[in-house]
Amino acid sequence: MNKDIVISLQHLSKSYDGKQVLDDINLDIREGEFVTLLGPSGCGKTTTLRLIAGFLAPDGGKILLDGKDISGVPPYRRPFNTVFQRYALFPHLDVYDNIAFGLKLQKVPTDEIDKRVRRILKMVSMTDYESRDVESLSGGQQQRVAIARALVNRPRVLLLDEPLAALDLKMRKDMQIELKEMHAQLGITFIYVTHDQEEALTLSDTIVVMNEGRILQAGDPVSIYNEPQNAFVADFIGESNILNGRMIEDRRVEFLGHEFDCVDEGFGENVPVDVVIRPEDVYIMHKLEGSQFSGTVKSCTFKGVHYEMFVDTDKGYELMIQDYNAFEVGSTVGLLIRPNDIQVMRKERVRNSFDAEIVDAGHISLFGSEIECAAAAAFAPGDKVRAMVDFDKVELVDHQEDGQFAGEVHFLLYKGDHYHLTVLTEDGDHVWVDTDDVWDKGDLVGVNFASENIKLEAVK
Amino acid sequence: MKKLLARGYLVVLLVILYAPILIIAIFSFTEAKVLGNWTGFSTKLYESLFTGGLGNSMVKAIENTITIGLLAALCSTMLGSVAAIGIHNMKGRGRKAITFLNDIPMLNPDIITGISLFILFVAVGVSQGYVTVLLAHISFCTPYVVLTVLPRLRMMNPNIYEAALDLGATPAQALRKVIIPQIRPSMISGFILAFTLSIDDFAVTLFTKGNRGLETLSTYIYADARKGGLTPELRPLMTLIFLAVLALLIIINIRSARNNKQKLIK
Amino acid sequence: MTVKRSSWALPYLIFLILFVALPLVMIAVYAFRNPQTGAFTLENFAKFFSTPHDLNTFLYSIQVAFINTLLCLLIAYPAAWILSKSSFNRSKITVMLFILPMWINMLIRTLATVALFDFLKMPLGEGALYFGMVYNFLPFMIYPIYNSLEKLDNSYVEAAQDLGATPWKVFWKVTVPLSLPGVWSGVLMVFMPTISTFAIAELLTLNKVKLFGTTIQENINNGFWNYGSALALIMLLIIGLTTLISDEDSARDSEKGGLI
Repeated sequence: MNKDIVISLQHLSKSYDGKQVLDDINLDIREGEFVTLLGPSGCGKTTTLRLIAGFLAPDGGKILLDGKDISGVPPYRRPFNTVFQRYALFPHLDVYDNIAFGLKLQKVPTDEIDKRVRRILKMVSMTDYESRDVESLSGGQQQRVAIARALVNRPRVLLLDEPLAALDLKMRKDMQIELKEMHAQLGITFIYVTHDQEEALTLSDTIVVMNEGRILQAGDPVSIYNEPQNAFVADFIGESNILNGRMIEDRRVEFLGHEFDCVDEGFGENVPVDVVIRPEDVYIMHKLEGSQFSGTVKSCTFKGVHYEMFVDTDKGYELMIQDYNAFEVGSTVGLLIRPNDIQVMRKERVRNSFDAEIVDAGHISLFGSEIECAAAAAFAPGDKVRAMVDFDKVELVDHQEDGQFAGEVHFLLYKGDHYHLTVLTEDGDHVWVDTDDVWDKGDLVGVNFASENIKLEAVK
Repeated sequence: MKKLLARGYLVVLLVILYAPILIIAIFSFTEAKVLGNWTGFSTKLYESLFTGGLGNSMVKAIENTITIGLLAALCSTMLGSVAAIGIHNMKGRGRKAITFLNDIPMLNPDIITGISLFILFVAVGVSQGYVTVLLAHISFCTPYVVLTVLPRLRMMNPNIYEAALDLGATPAQALRKVIIPQIRPSMISGFILAFTLSIDDFAVTLFTKGNRGLETLSTYIYADARKGGLTPELRPLMTLIFLAVLALLIIINIRSARNNKQKLIK
Repeated sequence: MTVKRSSWALPYLIFLILFVALPLVMIAVYAFRNPQTGAFTLENFAKFFSTPHDLNTFLYSIQVAFINTLLCLLIAYPAAWILSKSSFNRSKITVMLFILPMWINMLIRTLATVALFDFLKMPLGEGALYFGMVYNFLPFMIYPIYNSLEKLDNSYVEAAQDLGATPWKVFWKVTVPLSLPGVWSGVLMVFMPTISTFAIAELLTLNKVKLFGTTIQENINNGFWNYGSALALIMLLIIGLTTLISDEDSARDSEKGGLI
């Protein structure tokens, strides 16, 4: 057991109304660490924080503090304090009384309270505001009071739930710096929840990327940015080109219709992979010699510091490229990617694979409905099988009622020459689809599996 | 021209709406037995009202009205506020069920409320009197308290209760130190509203007061009016009731206007 | 773990069951019971339909309620419309003046009407009854209609004008349809209480006219609890039907409580 570890989450799970919001969360948090839980809304990050704070009880798993299980301890007996997203200051108390609230409950002597409140007010630069009505303060000031109110109790761990989300951009940047300074000064463990990847990269010692109730990757900001372990992390953190590729052999990968040298090993030979190229890692030049492949500039937009360009490559893929120089639209350019800048990721899956059951010689039962399937003839009714459908063989239609299954586009990735969609069916099953058509997140679609495109495999 | 016509219409309506009350108010300052006869200005009717010229039963009725009003308002404010906090934290079917039940006394005509409670008290064999009237009044006042307190709770930052727990307050401390101070204005509004409804009630009281001589002002006035016309002493009494209701309503409205202003600041 | 605050509603839930739900169930139980034997019976309802006096009172009450609702609507709509126009709206005092009488005891208002008729040396009777009813219930019609007209987004009116509608057409094609929810709840707030009033008609007509509410009250007072319960159930049925016909939501937001 590592002595440094303050909080340890072990196999945490939680569901609401039968919907799994957290699934087997395991995380160790070291003393004094600044940990950020990062993910899109609904990924389970706030639920995780509320479990740690004690506002929710886990359905399964343990929360250890210094090695002792605190799952059953009510929030008011946990040595943690929370900074809430909308501050949650008590409107009937002034700034001073808000901050002193916790100390008064602990029956700390009055002069001690006074000393500590003044010290913390100084720290958050709110010294002259102690008798102000909290509702007369600006958002940034309220946030400072909320932070002071939590810190004055000297918690072992400070929990912050998107504390800067309600502030404007300028104020947010300033507060980020101040938070980082406070963390360095106090040495308290911070657990920070945000959906803002830039904020996470700026503040954290450790970033924990979450999606759909699971931890996808945990690590320091640099490794998360440079070595994303899957397409979701790559897409969520920073801008990226995510492409289908094939690992030819160790240190040799094929994508964009070309072969490249890379630094990755151990994938095997001729294995399909995802390749991530950061837009700033593609070298773009006027002349073609010295380049690996060529392309035509389709658009060029000034983004303040750099230009963002979309380039059609010679083999018909689209790449996003960032460069300090502008290239004329329509011009032919040479392109180069260095081995170090190619991030190769194992594919999580190469095709859809579902549990199904044979109904009769022409039908299988899938997601609770019966659909046609020519391959069913090879099995006996009642057999359990795995039904497999290639990503590009799934048909999406505009109207939910026209599909065998109704679904919603949940997540989409552009892969250079096509889109890779995650469609969530009404019953909560995931279907992955490769398509050239343009869909938007949240589109309601019908999903069809054509009879001849469903392959079946016996399940032991 | 159009404007004048419109304004004229409103004025005529208002005159008709207020004429009866005004007439009663004016003739409360004269001694004449028959309304319409002006026998000179006098405050004798008011004097006899306060010196018990109408006898003890009248004073007793006023006393009952006020004590029942205050007790009913107090009980329904406590019951309703705690219930509102509960309902605020409820979800789904339970919440639907209780809000449905809460709506019934407000939608039910007074006579049905009165009769249903009368039948209940008769069926369980409770002798009717002060306590049954009080229970009846609590039953039709509390829904209004709930409806007054709920919006205030909804306005409250949902994290406030958690923030209190987070800072070390037990649930009871969080209630006392954070939630009640937050909803206190609406609890006071609810109290005034309940008091107004209680002293205003006639039908429900009539059915639940039993037959052992308990009277409130409205049942007293009713009994008196049935005996034949308006006793002169009722004129100052009605005037005073009108003024009292007016005052309470102004207080409620000023309070809610102030609350709205606070909402705007947020 | 965290305390379930939803359980705080429990005491009130028990109170509601005891003093709201149970009493209504008792009415239903009594209505279907023989007064002597306590056995299940429909005779209380049969008695109602075979007692011409009570049946006529019932029908007459519905007639009075209809006419009263109609009169209130005809008088209230223009008033509400004028009130909702911005020029009269600057201070809400005029509106307050119209709503205020809602809060004064109906008995007192009725006695005041009697006083007015006395004062004007006019005879009490059916005329006084209708006057008294309209006088009593007019604010309940004005308020919801005013509310819906006031909330009406002026851009609809402007859009209609923009599309070439004359003021007359704007009023009938836009304003009136959009204020219908308010009209409905006004109708509800006048029709239902009119049906259930008692004591008012007697005072206004010197006991010449009796309404259904009084019939129920007399039966209860005279110890005919089962028959009285059956009559009350019939009244509840009428009220339930009226509520069903109109939109439930529009009724709710113009509760008396919405005033404050």
